[in-house]
Amino acid sequence: MSLPPPELRPGEAAALAARTAARAADQGIAEVAYTTVDSPVGRLVAVATPRGLARLAYELENGGLDEILDDVALRLSPSIVEAPARLDPVRRELEEYFDGHRQDFDVALDWSLSREGFRRRVLQECALIPFGATRTYKDMAIAAGSPSAFRAAGGALGSNPIPIVVPCHRVLASSGGLGGYTGGLERKRLLLSIEGGSLAL
Amino acid sequence: MMTTAARLPPFQRFLDAHSEDVLRYLVASVGRHDADDAFQETFISALRAYPRLPAGSNLRGWVLAIAHRKAIDIHRARGRNPVPVAEIHDGPQRSPPAASPAGDGDHWQRVRALPARQREVLTLRYAADLTHAEIATALHCTEEAARRAAADGLRNLRKELTDVAATA
Repeated sequence: MSLPPPELRPGEAAALAARTAARAADQGIAEVAYTTVDSPVGRLVAVATPRGLARLAYELENGGLDEILDDVALRLSPSIVEAPARLDPVRRELEEYFDGHRQDFDVALDWSLSREGFRRRVLQECALIPFGATRTYKDMAIAAGSPSAFRAAGGALGSNPIPIVVPCHRVLASSGGLGGYTGGLERKRLLLSIEGGSLAL
Repeated sequence: MMTTAARLPPFQRFLDAHSEDVLRYLVASVGRHDADDAFQETFISALRAYPRLPAGSNLRGWVLAIAHRKAIDIHRARGRNPVPVAEIHDGPQRSPPAASPAGDGDHWQRVRALPARQREVLTLRYAADLTHAEIATALHCTEEAARRAAADGLRNLRKELTDVAATA
């Protein structure tokens, strides 16, 4: 005698899974929520904890969604759910920024993916660089309290877990060159042009 | 926590990988009406325990065991409360047995009416596709006891169907 398993309607389990994930994020049962955000600089993966936005990753530059989430699982927590609504404020602010209607991001930030000490200080100083302005790696080293550590400052900015929102694209080489960028120099150029800098670079 | 957490996939991937299996199992074991809530309760419970899960766990067996416990809770609650008429009245006058439009095959209604252990083993075996060894782990019984309960359950089902055919 055979007992075939019950049949499910197409998409039924996926819809229930999405409802469960949203509930887990809303009630704070999941420690980490993520979503994807389309933007003029390519698809982004936004990751938040109850403290704030912890990661904004260029999807393709970071090996794709799975690799980005594996990294977050390892470094923060595996209690990760996809919860687009939970990241609506981030999505909205990014859209406004790319539409030219926003200069400063107001979402709270969670710094736990940047190593404490010099690296984090550099990134926190970087978060203060105003829209449309630029700094040099040396400026950042000085601001973080180690004037000679401009190379390390470059490294810290290169490891920025929250690019765009923490505007490491506003930091250039002292020579006047672009320097480097976690999302590739094309994106750095594009972000700077969005911000109205008439860069002869 | 760091060492075990390091090897677990992000919860969302685990949820996506097992949501169909868990829902299929719950539809069979508690019926369509209660399956949605039981599904959410199952994965919320799983999420709470997830970061402390030992590395190398059998994730599918683990989540189905949680679903199994939710199903038991529902059956116990029904034991205390009146059962909806639709759940029990599928006697000869409603035959022949056929899959309902929702796809919750009539045979699972009959399975749900079996003694608890037979119901549990048959749903875990045929709706969740667990091995007898995995069922034994989920039910805290021996593999032999699981096999015996499955055989008893199937015999009862077969007998019921024969009776139905005789009266039809």
